Amino acid sequence: MAELLEMQRLSKYFGNVIALHQITTSVRAGEVTCVLGDNGAGKSTLIKILSGVHKHDEGHFLIEGHDVSFASPRAAKAAGIATVYQDLAMPPLMSIWRNFFLGSEPTTGWGPLRRLDIAAAKRTAVDEMAKMGIDVRDPEQPVGTLSGGERQSVAIARAVYFGAKILILDEPTAALGVKQSGVVLKYIIAARDRGLGVIFITHNPHHAYPVGDRFLILKRGQSLGNFAKSEITREELTRMMAGGAELEALAHEIESVVRTEEVTASQ
Amino acid sequence: MTTATAPTPTVADEVHTTDERLARLSPWKRLLVRPEFGALAGAVVVWLLFAWQAKSVWLSWQGTATYLDTSAAYGLTAVAVALLMIGGEFDLSAGVMTGTTGMFAALFAVHSGLNLWPAMGLSLIIALFIGFLNGAMVVKSGLPSFIVTLGTFFALRGFNLWLTQQVTNQTQVTGISEASGYDFARKVFAADIVRIGGVGFRVSILWFLGMVAIGAWVLLRTRVGNWIFAVGGNRDAARMSGVPANATKIGLFMTVALCGWVHGMVVLMQTNRSNVIEGVGQEFFFIIAAVLGGCLLTGGFGSIVGAGLGCLILGMTARGISLAGWDNNLYFLFLGVILLLAAFSNEWIRRWARTASRPTVKVPDVAETGSTGATGGG
Repeated sequence: MAELLEMQRLSKYFGNVIALHQITTSVRAGEVTCVLGDNGAGKSTLIKILSGVHKHDEGHFLIEGHDVSFASPRAAKAAGIATVYQDLAMPPLMSIWRNFFLGSEPTTGWGPLRRLDIAAAKRTAVDEMAKMGIDVRDPEQPVGTLSGGERQSVAIARAVYFGAKILILDEPTAALGVKQSGVVLKYIIAARDRGLGVIFITHNPHHAYPVGDRFLILKRGQSLGNFAKSEITREELTRMMAGGAELEALAHEIESVVRTEEVTASQ
Repeated sequence: MTTATAPTPTVADEVHTTDERLARLSPWKRLLVRPEFGALAGAVVVWLLFAWQAKSVWLSWQGTATYLDTSAAYGLTAVAVALLMIGGEFDLSAGVMTGTTGMFAALFAVHSGLNLWPAMGLSLIIALFIGFLNGAMVVKSGLPSFIVTLGTFFALRGFNLWLTQQVTNQTQVTGISEASGYDFARKVFAADIVRIGGVGFRVSILWFLGMVAIGAWVLLRTRVGNWIFAVGGNRDAARMSGVPANATKIGLFMTVALCGWVHGMVVLMQTNRSNVIEGVGQEFFFIIAAVLGGCLLTGGFGSIVGAGLGCLILGMTARGISLAGWDNNLYFLFLGVILLLAAFSNEWIRRWARTASRPTVKVPDVAETGSTGATGGG
């Protein structure tokens, strides 16, 4: 299968700060590439390059084999890249169907009588949500009444419907509880099964491993590795993500503190 | 694949899923959470109150024409103000616009010798420019529209008084009825449209109803309406979704100015002179009417039909109090109380609706298949 999106030794500098250094990874249609990293690892910079907010300084960024460098988020969108942001905001009192079509409303009639095609909009919103595995009973329901995970699903279903080929999800599970995270992971799989290339940004290896086909691990702008699923186990991924040796050192330190306290307490 | 696990709801589905739908809004509650419900109930109560207190005068054609005329006077601008509030902004210069547009039309017609129609056209252009300026200042500066339009309000008020005193040595412009084009203009803006029982119903009522109809249609049935809800509900989200947020807001301010112009022309033709501070103080009545109609002060929610009913409440009360022989000062007491009641009930109903409708979206077979599955058999 051909690569839908490829990054080859991609670098980004802000003045003399190296935000990203020679990052390489790829996404195929129908696959999920997870980008893992702690805070400050460069995940946000990477998203911004992919979604057209920033331009990369070095290396290659290819979409379907063509070298690209997006001038604006609009250009990225036109190339089929849809980004669903973590703090995705929706007008809370607007209904599901109004939110689903916001900015791209279907119309009927012409001239001054051009009006919303409400029946088609409702039907499409319900159908598209159903394809994501969500059973919307009432498309008139305000999105403010949906849970965080369900709102993510509206955004994902919407991106898919409007022709996204590559879906970037920026920490969609970060603010969610265990059950809701499960719901979002399911939508990621649903989007993948519909043939999209998904880039899933997270700091949680337990969310990434079950759905990912490829894993890019970032730390302070550097790549700690770009692995296919067959090349890495969940334990290795967790260890790398947690900082490996660093975390072990930290554990030792905590243990020794606890031990000293126990000793002083027993005396 | 995925479609197999989640079939689209069919008619059969609808019938068999009553158990999941138990928590849905009952028809009664559905009615209650409609933004215009409070205004409708209020209008009925006020009408009954004065039917009891003012008796035959209230029920006569004369009484009806009187309160409809006053309601229409509020409604000419209030409908646009309601749209603007749903779009998340205020316009405190909406009141003074009545006097401003009347003044310009009168000055151009009487003191520049223009035909009344081009004079009114110039007045309209000036109004739209002021609306554009309001909108542009709000979206470019990011300041609250409350402050920006408070500035325009005072500036216009001062300017109007200064200009007319320079030209006419008084604060009004008279002699409109001698201007050419007057007769037709009066027909369009101030004549009686129909006489019932010997009582004339003025054309402004028709303008008002037309504005409510167009406003409601635009808000609920067009793309622009969707954008108005969105920029009021969450401007950044709207912009990220490709909504021309700034243009929508500026357009709303210009719509208020346009309706303020219609209001100005109606008052000009009804009184045959321009009082340049006409409408000052009415900006708050427009906001009250919008709030009575279910518009949230934070934007993103409201109803044009509701705002129209809000104007009816204001108009009926203003006239009813004098027809019933009460002290006219009670009008303001009433306005204050009803505004608070409406604001509280809007907030309360909104919260109630949000909590009540939670379980309507069912997420099948995730994590707790058991609980949804158990009730799914129906």
